[in-house]
Amino acid sequence: MRWQRFVSILRARDREFLRDRSALAWNIIFPLLIILGFAFAFTGDQVNQYKIGVIEQHEDALLTFYTTDYIQFIPIEESEKVLAIDKVKRHQLDMLLDARLKRYWMNDSSPSGYMLEKVLAGSGGEAYQKQLVQGEQIRYVDWLIPGVLGMNMMFSALFGVGYVVVRYRKNGVLKRLKATPLNALEFLSAQVVSRLWLIMAITSGVFIGCNLLINFAMHGSYLNLFLVYVLGAFSMVSMGLIVAARVKSEEMAGGLLNMLSWPMMFLSGVWFSLEGLHPWIQKLALVFPLTHITQAARGIMLDGASLSAILPNLVALLVMSIIFLLLGVLLFRWE
Amino acid sequence: MLPILQVKQLHKQFKRLKAVNGVSFEVPEGICLGLLGPNGAGKTTTVEMLEGIKTPDKGAILYRGKPLGDEFKNKAGIMFQSTALQDFITVQESLELFQCLYPDVSDLQQVIQDCALGDFLDQDTASLSGGQRQRVLLAIAMVNDPDIIFLDEPTTGLDPQARHNFWRLIEKIKQQNKTIVLTTHYMDEAYRLCDEIIIMDHGKIIAEGTPGDLLSKHFNDVVIQIPVSVSLETILGLLEGQGKLSFSRNQDRFEICTSDVNQTVKLLLEANISLSGLQIRERTLDDLFLELTGKGLRQ
Repeated sequence: MRWQRFVSILRARDREFLRDRSALAWNIIFPLLIILGFAFAFTGDQVNQYKIGVIEQHEDALLTFYTTDYIQFIPIEESEKVLAIDKVKRHQLDMLLDARLKRYWMNDSSPSGYMLEKVLAGSGGEAYQKQLVQGEQIRYVDWLIPGVLGMNMMFSALFGVGYVVVRYRKNGVLKRLKATPLNALEFLSAQVVSRLWLIMAITSGVFIGCNLLINFAMHGSYLNLFLVYVLGAFSMVSMGLIVAARVKSEEMAGGLLNMLSWPMMFLSGVWFSLEGLHPWIQKLALVFPLTHITQAARGIMLDGASLSAILPNLVALLVMSIIFLLLGVLLFRWE
Repeated sequence: MLPILQVKQLHKQFKRLKAVNGVSFEVPEGICLGLLGPNGAGKTTTVEMLEGIKTPDKGAILYRGKPLGDEFKNKAGIMFQSTALQDFITVQESLELFQCLYPDVSDLQQVIQDCALGDFLDQDTASLSGGQRQRVLLAIAMVNDPDIIFLDEPTTGLDPQARHNFWRLIEKIKQQNKTIVLTTHYMDEAYRLCDEIIIMDHGKIIAEGTPGDLLSKHFNDVVIQIPVSVSLETILGLLEGQGKLSFSRNQDRFEICTSDVNQTVKLLLEANISLSGLQIRERTLDDLFLELTGKGLRQ
């Protein structure tokens, strides 16, 4: 591999993308619009229902509190107690009630928790002991951002490599390059690196811009998050190479890229939690890089997860990247 | 002296179509070789195999006695029939991009000067006119200081002035003693530029040699052209019926092929045919192709 050839192709591709103002603007504006739209839609007091997790409700089934209107009582298993307490910390649950231990957990900064405490005390729950927890509220937009950033990377990687290389093939750019000493590895590496750094630059810009505008939750290490997104972008770009390997028509490429991106967009947990979906769909979701990007990034940003905690996601992304890259390079044809 | 390119029994088939069927020839160093033929004759497929873009089903191509390899890629300049350049890249950047892909390169300023690109170096390649674009593509084919240059129908679609300008550029390249393989279906282009020509049809070579040799080998006559009129057609028909001459119609003219102009003119005068508008022309490669294949070069 000759670095001079690699750098030339890399520079040409960078110029092409950076000078295409409309495409560049769309890559930045699209995720911003989504995040700001959801931030706006889920801000305020539109939710008029309280959510209480209840452990072993049957132990105190006659408590009149359970008959209160406008409260959703969500059964929680004993094994999920720690997770449920975390949800109270993040305001995802307004209260957690353990009917056997006669205890309740509430967030000391939650107005809903305060109201529910008063209702509980007036509805036969005087004997329940209070356990205070502390933690910032996790808004829907906080939960959404890690996945939306990943989703934007997905579109940019798949279409920015897959679609562009197919266009090069169709209009003869690849044929012309084939006639030079440039080899496939040099060409494809340049495409991957060009798109990778552009994605990371754009994602970083969107991340900073969104944080300035809506100050979302970020509890973990920035370095770990960067690692997740780099590996995620790499796996997506490599996936784009597979589409780019042989396809000759842009229409076909568009169809294939949509076929890959739409299931990922809806089944990777970007918009809603996969909990509650059929177990097979949850398993299927694990074959998508976007699922691992979203899970790992969400873990870092919302829970402050360490590198070891997200290791399974990182390993999955690495393995996928290698498989996709090998397939993309092996299948690649100039014409 | 070893030919720069040797082509031996090339075959290429696309599904049921035999695009190239047993083509063999040699290209001596420093000449301009023209590949002529109508659309679909197999000349572009042949050239793309020579360029290393397509792989022959059978046969061999040797560059300086060796199979095509890295050395060939480094020293071949290629201008395809239709090539796109990357979007949002200027002419200067395109030239630099391609120059960086080769180990040995030409003086870029000289290439720019030779191809007269100075006025639009900073222009986006997407905004170039047809003639400018072809000059840029020719310059790209020259950035690696090639020994052999392939030009595949380089003037197709250009207006006459742009075509003549382009011919002058090719003549300049010829003066640098570079070998050129030119495909074209304009025989005036081939006649002006090529030292040797190969005529292909149905994937086979049907004639090869210098333009002059080919014409003199196949023809020893000239063509008398007379403007078309109804009465003239009747008279010429009578003369043809008497076996005194044969004629054909070419657009707005009747054409009579003859090796004895004096005798034919005398015959026409005796038949009271007006010689107003009469022209005499020499045989062309168009005639040769018609003679060999029964169809015109641009069909």
